[in-house]
This record gives sequence, C-alpha cells and structure tokens, in this order.
Amino acid sequence: MTLSTVACQVMWNRLISIVEEQAQALVRTAFSTSVREAGDLSAGVYDAAGRMLAQAVTGTPGHVNAMADAVAHFIIAIGRDTMRGGDVYITNNPWQGTGHLHDITVVTPVFRGAHLVGFFACTAHVVDVGGRGFGADAASVFEEGLHLPIMRFADAGTVDQTLLHLIRGNVREPDQVIGDIFALAACNEIGLRRLVQMMDEFALADLEEIAGFILENAGRATVDRIAALPRGVADGAMRIDGFDTPVDLRVRVEITPDAVLCDFAGTSGVDPKGINVPMVYTKAYACYALKCAIAPDIPNNAASLAPFRITAPENSIVNAPHPAPVALRHIIGHMIPDAVFDALDRLLPGVVPAEGAGTLCNFQLSLRPAEGRAGRRAEVLTFNSGGAGARPAHDGLNATAFPSGVMTMPVEATEHAGPVIVWRKELRPDSGGAGQYRGGLGQIMEVGPAAGQVADFSAMFDRVHHPARGRRGGADGAPTVIARADGTAMRGKGKQPLPEGARVRMAFPGGAGYGRAADRAADLIARDLRRGYVTAEAVARDYGWDAARIERALKQEDE
Amino acid sequence: MGVDIGGTFTDVVIEGPAGMTSTKVLTTHGAPEDGILSGMHKLLDASGLCAADLAQIIHGTTLATNALIERRGARTALITTEGFRDVIEMRTESRFEQYDLNLTLPEPLLPRQDRYTVPERISAQGDVLVPADRARIEAVVDEIAARGFDSVAVGLLHSYLNPAHERLIGAVLAERMPRATVSLSSDVSPQMREYERFNTTIANAYVKPLMKRYLMRLAARLADAGARCPVFLMHSGGGLMSLENAAEFPVRLVESGPAGGAVFAATMARRHGLEKVLSFDMGGTTAKICLIGGGTPKTARVFEVARSYRFKKGSGMPISIPVIDMVEIGAGGGSLAHVDALRQIRVGPESAGSEPGPAAYGRGGTRPAVTDADLLLGRLDPEGFAGGTMVLDTAAAQTAVATTLGDPLDLDVTQAAFGLAEMVDENMANAARVHAVENGQDLAEYTMIAFGGAAPLHAGRLCEKLGISRLLVPQGAGVGSAIGFLRAPFSFEATRSVYMRLSDFQPDTVRALLDELAAEARGFVRGCDPEAPIGTDCKVFMRYTGQGWEIPVPLARDDVQSPRAARYLAAFETAYAALFGRTVQGMDVEITVWSVHAATPLPDTGHEPADTPADAGAAVTRGERRLFDPARGEHVRAVVCDRAAMTTGQTVPGPALITEAETTTVVPASARATVRADGCIEITYGARP
Repeated sequence: MTLSTVACQVMWNRLISIVEEQAQALVRTAFSTSVREAGDLSAGVYDAAGRMLAQAVTGTPGHVNAMADAVAHFIIAIGRDTMRGGDVYITNNPWQGTGHLHDITVVTPVFRGAHLVGFFACTAHVVDVGGRGFGADAASVFEEGLHLPIMRFADAGTVDQTLLHLIRGNVREPDQVIGDIFALAACNEIGLRRLVQMMDEFALADLEEIAGFILENAGRATVDRIAALPRGVADGAMRIDGFDTPVDLRVRVEITPDAVLCDFAGTSGVDPKGINVPMVYTKAYACYALKCAIAPDIPNNAASLAPFRITAPENSIVNAPHPAPVALRHIIGHMIPDAVFDALDRLLPGVVPAEGAGTLCNFQLSLRPAEGRAGRRAEVLTFNSGGAGARPAHDGLNATAFPSGVMTMPVEATEHAGPVIVWRKELRPDSGGAGQYRGGLGQIMEVGPAAGQVADFSAMFDRVHHPARGRRGGADGAPTVIARADGTAMRGKGKQPLPEGARVRMAFPGGAGYGRAADRAADLIARDLRRGYVTAEAVARDYGWDAARIERALKQEDE
Repeated sequence: MGVDIGGTFTDVVIEGPAGMTSTKVLTTHGAPEDGILSGMHKLLDASGLCAADLAQIIHGTTLATNALIERRGARTALITTEGFRDVIEMRTESRFEQYDLNLTLPEPLLPRQDRYTVPERISAQGDVLVPADRARIEAVVDEIAARGFDSVAVGLLHSYLNPAHERLIGAVLAERMPRATVSLSSDVSPQMREYERFNTTIANAYVKPLMKRYLMRLAARLADAGARCPVFLMHSGGGLMSLENAAEFPVRLVESGPAGGAVFAATMARRHGLEKVLSFDMGGTTAKICLIGGGTPKTARVFEVARSYRFKKGSGMPISIPVIDMVEIGAGGGSLAHVDALRQIRVGPESAGSEPGPAAYGRGGTRPAVTDADLLLGRLDPEGFAGGTMVLDTAAAQTAVATTLGDPLDLDVTQAAFGLAEMVDENMANAARVHAVENGQDLAEYTMIAFGGAAPLHAGRLCEKLGISRLLVPQGAGVGSAIGFLRAPFSFEATRSVYMRLSDFQPDTVRALLDELAAEARGFVRGCDPEAPIGTDCKVFMRYTGQGWEIPVPLARDDVQSPRAARYLAAFETAYAALFGRTVQGMDVEITVWSVHAATPLPDTGHEPADTPADAGAAVTRGERRLFDPARGEHVRAVVCDRAAMTTGQTVPGPALITEAETTTVVPASARATVRADGCIEITYGARP
C-alpha cells in the first residue's frame, strides 16, 4: 500500500508526539535530580535499521547525535537475530552511549508479530555509578565507576537479576539508580505501545515507508538550507581554563554544497583530569551549534543530522579514547558551540551570538555534621547559569543556560534537599559585555552549610581566566570570581573544604557584547541603568555618558 | 443568571421555571458590565421578567487573564528577601525553545526597579535565621509610597512555613500606605517553590485594583438595575466564590471561563452516569481538553498563563493556585494554516480572529483557516452558517487553500483541505494523548463530551483518532461555559506546603494541619452560603524521597481522623501504580503538600438512563450533501438532519450532518447518532475505527 501524503504527514507528527510522551514519562518517574528537575535526558524512536526517526524536544543537546548513533551500536553488539519481543538492552559506555558513565542508555526493540520493526531508546543521567563519584578526580574511566557494556537488561520480558545485584552492589544510591533504570525501561514501553497503536490505525506492517518519507523530507530540507549558504572555509579558536592548564579549542568549518564539515584539528590533547570528551559528545554539541545557526526548525533525525559531519583527531581532548577519564565531559563540551560559532561567524556574518558563559555553573556540596554534632550526611548538587552571549539583534539572555538545555532548581527545594543555606542568588550587574547589544548578565550566589554543618565544596566552573569574548566590537563578559566571604581564595575547579560558618561567594560569568558600544540605542542604556543591569560608573565608562545624562535617565519611568 | 465574558462575546444565560434562554452580545471592553446589563435586559424583556426576579447571578470572566496577557495591570511593587530580587526574572534559567538563537524571554510582570528587598530570612524549617527589622521595612515602604505604587506584593523565602515576616510587612504597609492594595504570598499561594509563589502573588497584586474596581462597579450597576440577589464568581478551580473574596484574590479568577466549560461537561457526565469523560471545547482560537473522572474535573496546583511563544510550555508565567487541569492549544475555527520548510502542513496557533476571519467569511482574509477546510470538505453549509445570517464564500476558501497549501504540495483542493483538517485534528489528538499519559489514563475507556462552536465539526474525527467509541454533543453547546456556571458548587481549596517523611510521620501534626485547612476552606464557603451543608475532601501530594514530582493521593475519612503512616503509604502506592504501572521498593516516601477542598453539594443534574432510549425510528432528513470522510479518505453522500426536528430515540447512521443555528455535528461514516432524552446527540462507533 502506498501511503497518502496526508497520512505520512500525520504519522510524522504522531511520532514526534510519541517520543515526547516517552520523555515526559521519564521526567515524571526518574529519581535523579538532573533528570527530573533539570531535564538531562533524551528519548527517540528508530526504524529497524537503527536510523533515528524522531527525538523528543524535551531533553538536552548533549544527547543529540549520541542518541542518533547509539542504536546502531546495540544492533551490532546484541545481534539482530537474537532479539525478541520483551527484550530490553542497556549500556553506560561513554563512547557508545552519551559521553560518561553517569548516563545510562536503554534500548527496547519493537516487534510486530515475528518482525523487528524498530526501536525506542532513551538516556538519563543517574545519581551515582560508584567509583570516585561525580568529579574530575579520576585518572582513567576505570576509576569513574561501574561500566555496563551493551547487554540485555531484560530477556524476553525477564529482568536479569544478576545484573541488578551487580549494580546494587556497586553504587552509592542503589534504590535510586535501579529506580531510574526501571523508569528508562518503562518510558520505552510507553513509546512502544503508542507506536503499535499507530501502526494498527494505519495498517502498517513495518516503518519502512514512513521512515523513507520522514528521512527524505528532512534530509532534503536540511541540504536545501546548506545549499543556500555561501561556500567557504574558516577557522575558529577559543582558549578556556581547563583543569590545571588552559585548553585550546580549534575548529575548522567548511560549507560545501551539501554538507557542513567541522574538524577540531589543533585542539589540546587529552587532559589528565576527567574533563575529557568522547567523540559522541563533541559531535552532539558541534552539531547542535551548526543546527541552531543553519536549520533550527528541522526536527532531529538521522537524515537531518547527517549533513553535519564532525571530526576530531584521536587523543585530542574532544576525541578522548578509552580509557581516558570523562566524568565531567560537559565542562569542555558546553564550550564547543562558542568555538564553532567563532568559525561560523566568518562564513555567515550576522547569524551567531557572541560568546557566553558556556559551561553551566554547577557545584556540589557534600555536607556532614561538624565535629561533635549529630545529623546525617547529604549531597546537594545545583545547576546555575551565567549570561548568554549578545545576538546580532538582541541582548544576551540573563542567567540562562546555553548551550545546555537544563533548568535550575528552586532555592526553597535546594534547602530542603540538605542542610545548606543559599544566602543570595540574583543577577550580577555590569557582568554583561557592553556593545550595541549587551551580553546577558551572570549571577551572584552566596552559599554555605547550615549551622552545625561542614562541607566539601566541589567547584565545576570555567571562565575564571578566560571570560567570554565580544564579537564585532562588543566588549568581553565578566569572568567567574570565587572566594570565601572572609576573603579566603578558592579555585574554579575541584574539591575544597568549608568549615562551619563559612560562606562561598560566587560571581558567575556574563555573556559578551555584540557590536560597538557606541552604537547602542540610548533608550536601552537608560533602561538598563534604571533596572540596575548596569551601574552609573559602567555607563560613564562604557558608553561615555556624563553625570547629568545619567541622572536624567534614572528619573524617567519605563515605558 | 450565568454570565461569561470572553474576548469576543459575552454569553448570558437565564434559567428559570420556564426553562433556559441564552444570548450572545459583543464584549464591551471599556466597561464590561455594560455588555452584561444589555444581555440581561434582552433576556429579561423577552421572557417578561425583571431583574428583581433573579435569585442568583454567577459570573466568570477572562478580564484578569487578559490584563495579565496584555500587561494592563496596576503600578505594582514587590518586597522580597534581600539577595532574591530577581527570582521572577531568572525564572528556571532555561530556554523553552532549544534551537532558536534569537529567542527572547517574556519580560517579568515587574521590572527590576520595582522590586525591593529587606534583610530577613526564614529557614527551610520555618525558623528565623535573620530577624526582620521594622525600621528597615518602614524605610522601604516609604520609598515605595513616594513612587506612587497602587499595589504591593510581598514574597519572602519560606513564608509558606512561617508567615510572620510577611505579616509584619503587611502591617507596615497598611499603616503607611493605607490606600494601596496588598497581597502576601503566604495568603495568596502558600506553596513551596519561590518562583511560582512570588509570580502568583505579583499577578494577584497586579490585577487587584482593576478587578476590585470592576467588581464593585458591576455590583452597583446590578443593584441599580433592580437585582437584589447576591453575585458570585466562578474561580479557576471550578467552584464559586463570593464577590468580596474574588476582589481580594482576583488571581483565582484566571481561566474561570474555560473552568465553566469543564463544569458544564462534568454536569453532563454526572447526568449520564459516566465515570470517565474527555471534555473537548473548541472555539475560534483555541481548543481546551480536560479529563473528568467520576463527574469531577481533574485539578492541578500550577498552570501557566500568557504563553508568549506558540503556546509552548515554559513561555508563559506560572500561577500556583488550585485550577482545573486543562490543556489549551492554538487550534480553533480561525486557526491559520501554512506549509513549512519540511513541506508539512502546519496549523495555528496564529488565528484569523473575527476580522478578517477565515477566507470564507469574505472579509478580505486570504489565508486558509480551519473553517475554510470544514467548508470545502462539506461539513459546513455555505448558506446555513451562523443560523443563516452569513453566507460563506466557497470560491474564496478554495483559492486560499489552493494557493497556500495545494500548489506548493501538489495536492488538489480537496486533498489540501483534508490535510489541513487532519493536521488540526492530529494536533488536538496529540495534546489529548500526552495529557492522558501524564495522568496515567487510557483514552479508549473514555466518552467525549464536545461543546464550543467548532467542536461538533471535529469531535467525530477526534474520537476516531483517539479510539474513543462514544461521543456526546449536549444541547446549548455554544454557551456551555455560562451554563456550567449555573451548575457549579460553592467551593474553596486550601493548601499548605509542609514536608513530612513517612518514616517520621507525626499523627498529631497531621490532624492539626488538616483541621486547620478544613476550617479555612469551610470559612470561605460558609461566607457564600450560610446554610448549605459543606463537605470536605482531603488529599496530600506525595512522592518517593528523591523524586521531584508529587502525585495527588486522596485520603479516606479515616486517614484524616486517625492518620497512620502505613495507610498513607498504601494509598500512595495505589495511586503511584495507577499512574506509572509499578511501585519502587525500599524508598522512603514523603508528603509535600496538604490540601483540603470544601464544597457545597453539587446541584441535581437530573438523571439520564444509561440505556439508549427506545428506538423511535429514523430521523427525518432534509437532503444530502457531499461530505469528505477523513477515515475513508474519500467523499461520501451524507444525509442532513435538523437538530431541532429530531426527537428522543431517533437515529441517523453516519455519514450524516446534524445542523443547528450555532454549529453542525458531523457524524462520521463509521458511526451512528441517537437523540437522548435530554436532547444530547449521542454518537457511537460500531467497529473500532
């Protein structure tokens, strides 16, 4: 039977809705904070050949390509002929999954009668995988925790109890981790049921025809966009803090008639600390940057991602081979889009933003009662954002994650999670780089253990020494600043003790400006001044306003 | 009398011993009470009654919602905890659309210079960490007074646990700014999560002066007109509140019109003895979908208003008040279609509105709307639209559909119109499916109740898509919300955030807390009706410790009077398994939110026998029309019946069209329609589509 155009359109729409249902089910049942509060997950549906047909919008870009490639690895490792209905497969291999052991990927095959017609896959960041815990301290992936090579989690409906025992015996929070794995399996199951219903409704025996329709349309639309771009080659570079030594990201972007090539030759080598990035994660963030700039509205699937070809030399920090430590691969990974934009801006002027905070400003507090006090231990992880870079026609977003897609947690919820007090969390004035369009403001946080508690503070910050750089005459954003309230210096990365009563003051980085400050509209400067985004001193310095003009602007009310 | 003020029309319904009459008048935006008065007089005059004969006036309105969307509220200031000035601006620090490099976030209701801070701090346990300093508060209040604000919101961290500091600020405001309206977060929305609570409180403060003035004016005008009866307001939770409470907490009026629609559907559900109902309300701009279980609409604690980006989740602002849980998507008769870069037909959320309206209105619209597709597929009679007051322009609809959709996709006009209708139906079906999954429901067990001008045209196809085998189209569907107002009980839901792990369950605290909430909720209801019996329902929101989403768990009477941890655990596990299919072993469970809902008994809705009425033969048809049946993908000959001429027990097999003044009910080829004793059209599907 040949499907009508209308039926194909309806089914494409339906598949996108199905994976969204799948993702929502995961958000609602997961235990891990990063999944349920912050959205660190992804979900997708695949045809029998392992080609991704649709991916949930809910989720984070770090999983884009990684997810697209994952099912192919499972088909090879498990063997198509041995697959049966009721099977569920699992891995947390950083190189075949999504970049570190904390991400568990679960794949479920879909059968119609005896025929394998497709797959569902989903990934989530779990609380713990054993080893040294979530941090950059391991010297190799072997120290970072339990590795689950691609294997069966359930065989024809029967869950592997030996595997459950093994996992339980190797992680710090066994109930939560097992809970999350079951949540992953359950969300695939929801997708599977919906897919079978759709196939019943349209009397489909397999997904071949609809897959062909989706991939052909998405592929053509993407190539059309690329074909319309000016051809050329450009280089980009960005230096960031790294762990102990600075890291150079170098990238060459080439636009050809039907593809965009992106190569990271010249980038720094593998780091001794766990901030290395497996190739899958580099592909995800490089591809995300290109897609945002070139084909933002085309849904992700195998064909719409294929024209973006990402390569990097092996043994570079962005293509770290096994067994390099990779737990905090997001620190470098989140910076990749800014490096790609540096090159892309030379090819497509007026499209990409100035540099922003990039890496999320995350920290973890390991709290315990002070000597001689009673109480329990607690781990509190928070996600926070600096400012995003200014755009060609808009200011940067204040305290908003980019490129990551995660959310912050309410302060009131954080304080319920453990004995920690957040004393301050608000915008950081003067942190956005000046320009025709101003960089997004970073934020200021002040936190400390509650009375009677001490803590280890794990910092995961970048841009202490290398703030976001302005574009086309825009000024740089403000760098990260961190110190104890009593003045004691602190480092941007690594575990640092906090005695009772100590508070950490953090100023997270601002985004950089776009265009010359002299070209900024006066009403925007006045608005920023009234709102306190910028101080009078900064307006005098960056925009050359005299005291009388500043006074006048402050007296007006907003429109 | 029930009155629903919408964006375009004000619907007025009067119900009396002689039955029900209704009218639609244009909404008078400058002074909405004018529209109410003119609609009221029109109906009273026609039935020979006067205003003094009215026993009760029940009112719902989108005015509060519109003031938030259009940013037409009062000059409002916020006082908050030092260090947290930017909570409503920083939101969740995320982007609701991941791939748009030029994304702009909605501006917060109050700009930064209107947000003030005072030193003070309450801990997550409700203890004072930093005491509030009265002198500092007075200084800030004087600064606010000097800038001439009309309304002040107060939102402090953890005030839902300990409101002392907010009350102190409230007292200073009353003393030094006696003319300003004040909203405390511990009164408006005493729930954890500062962004939602502060935003809700600010929204309340922002619309309060406006709504207070309007409600007082309305009360005076009605009194002048001779109405001596009390006026009540429909709140977003689907119950009624007094005019005075509405003026104090106007944020609870947000979405009160759609809530009336859900109450209307719930009434029909009870009358027909239906356990599981999907309410489907489709108008000119949006479609609203709501789950109704056991005759009661599902409720939620948070919803989002004023979505700024294609109705996308996260692009609006959160309001945390008890609310009927509805999904609203940009799909209505006026929703416009286009072809996107992927050569896919996209419909909505952009709407043609009433000016110029769909191309078929012949008022200059050139882009195809859902109504145009409905016309071209034979669902609408060009001569009989809006009771024959308007002739639809088929040629204009054809041109719009062909130019915008048919030509680029190489489809003929019929196929293009089919594609348009299928996509809008698919969008609504997807929204319903996701909503059902989020609530652990399988729609195959549901009956759909359809109302609103465009719903009867699309409901038949929607049921096919959702695998729903029964559909009811009630009488009076065009003014469903206003009728719903007349069927709503007096009700109030009191909620409190108090954390308690089951491993540390304190029965005395639980009893005291539930008693306090019950007293609060009953107090509000008693204020509306001094005599009626008041019933209370308690529920708690629970989760496994470590999870981020709570699920509602209803409590039995026993669990309120003599609470025991084991029974709470059992109730939680039952609810959890119903939603997610399994429970998790070995995890502690915690309660996060406590809620008591007090209400007067639901009005008697009458009872419709479960059995289909005795077969009264085939309905009289008044002709045939070519109708495109989307399930078959081809044209069929459909009989046309007049709804007014159909009597109880008469049937008509699909494909058929049942016409009435405000709308047309499409009976798909796979279904048949029967008239029930209460005038409902019941559509049942033979073989599952």
